[in-house]
Amino acid sequence: MTAILQTQKLRVEYRSRELRQAGKVALRGLDLEVHAGEVFGFLGPNGAGKTTTMNVLLGFVPPTSGAASLFGIDVRQPIARQRIGYLPELTYYYKFLTAEELLRFYAKIFGLARAETDRRIASLLKLVELESAAKRPIRSYSKGMQQRVGLAQSLINNPDLLILDEPTSGLDPLGRMKVREIIQRLKEQGKTVFFSSHELGEVETICDRVAIVHQGELKAVGTVAGISAGHANLEQAFLKLVGFQPNPAS
Amino acid sequence: MSKIFALAGVVIRELYRRKDFYVLFVLTALLTLAAGAVNFFHDDKIVRYVKDICLLLIWVSALVIAIVTTARQIPAEREARTIFPLLAKPVSRAQVIAGKFLGCWLASGVALVVFYFFFAVITGSKEHLWPWAVYLEAGWMQWAMLAIVIAMVLLGSIYFAAPSSTSTISLIVVVGILLLGTHLKVIALQQPEPLQSILTAAYFFMPHLEWYDLRDFVVYDMGRVPVRAVALATVYAAVWTWIFLLLAWLGFRRKNLTT
Repeated sequence: MTAILQTQKLRVEYRSRELRQAGKVALRGLDLEVHAGEVFGFLGPNGAGKTTTMNVLLGFVPPTSGAASLFGIDVRQPIARQRIGYLPELTYYYKFLTAEELLRFYAKIFGLARAETDRRIASLLKLVELESAAKRPIRSYSKGMQQRVGLAQSLINNPDLLILDEPTSGLDPLGRMKVREIIQRLKEQGKTVFFSSHELGEVETICDRVAIVHQGELKAVGTVAGISAGHANLEQAFLKLVGFQPNPAS
Repeated sequence: MSKIFALAGVVIRELYRRKDFYVLFVLTALLTLAAGAVNFFHDDKIVRYVKDICLLLIWVSALVIAIVTTARQIPAEREARTIFPLLAKPVSRAQVIAGKFLGCWLASGVALVVFYFFFAVITGSKEHLWPWAVYLEAGWMQWAMLAIVIAMVLLGSIYFAAPSSTSTISLIVVVGILLLGTHLKVIALQQPEPLQSILTAAYFFMPHLEWYDLRDFVVYDMGRVPVRAVALATVYAAVWTWIFLLLAWLGFRRKNLTT
């Protein structure tokens, strides 16, 4: 199978600003492969290195050593991001723009033709149910509406790989269902989805494979069934892999 | 190039959806109109006085718009975290710097056109003269100077996180150059060593923004500056702008941006 997202011995070390204080190692030689067409869940407790991995993949942070590539192109090259969509955990968009203007701006960044842009904007606004609010500034949107704008912008280039950072965090049950539906639809279209999440139940439902990281190291990678084997469910397997010791008194 | 223009478009859109430009324009217009309405000492040359005040206000307003708009670009993107969905697209950090520069420079250009048009109308209504070529030259030189200022502020905004500190430091540097630039060499000659060498070196290694001030040509009807001089000044501005943008890119290129 073709690996469209790959990291090899990826190491990220943040230098300390204090003299005589050691830097913080966020990733310790992470090896990861995500294949075309799969929904891949990236799990780990807070501070495990999930966000750092995403930051490297998206070119926000350069790796200290090792390599990371998208579609075989080094992530340090902007062109590596031509076929991806990214949905951040929280809404970070220009609030003075309307949803339509924001989508048009990102379409220009992807170099889409005008007719194609118009068509995609119309279909995405319909998909996220923001047609009636398309000409209002984003600052006037509710949190849920802003999340939906985020989802629309992540799909503007019809990406082959979608990178989602905790896509359902902070959403109401309806919003979560909508995101799950979209992930499912993308999977049916043969797209690849790579997402980090704390919602293990959700991961069990929609992921083909998962990876569990802890303290910057890969602890397990495989199918949900494979990782859960010998445990009651994925949550139990997860807790054991990250070294959680339940309190016998509780 | 289309990515750079797209980024510039967002900067311009932000400027005209904020109130800074309108406030400064209204303030400039009111002060000029008030100055033009009175006739101190029944002086026939009152129009020069109006021109002087109006051009000074245009210079101050254009500098404030350019510096304040530019200073908030990168820090605001980082603070509001809009930089993350942007850099997750196929856009390089060099293009982000170039787009921000172009947006701020074009926005300043639009502001200058509005200001100079107002100036031409006010002075034309009093003098019944319309020296458009002189105004165009003065406006062009001011815009060229703003290119250097904007690139310099963009460089500062990479290193100073707060837009307010970038704006303040930039304003002090720019006003310092405008006021002392011409005199620095003379001051240097009056100083003991090593201060003399330091000041002389500073004179040769700083962008001479004061060369772009053609207000006296406009106010005292001194005619046009030779085209060759304007062309050389434009090249000089382009070189300094390029140097500052290069330094800004070098600073921004390897910056860790953590979500």
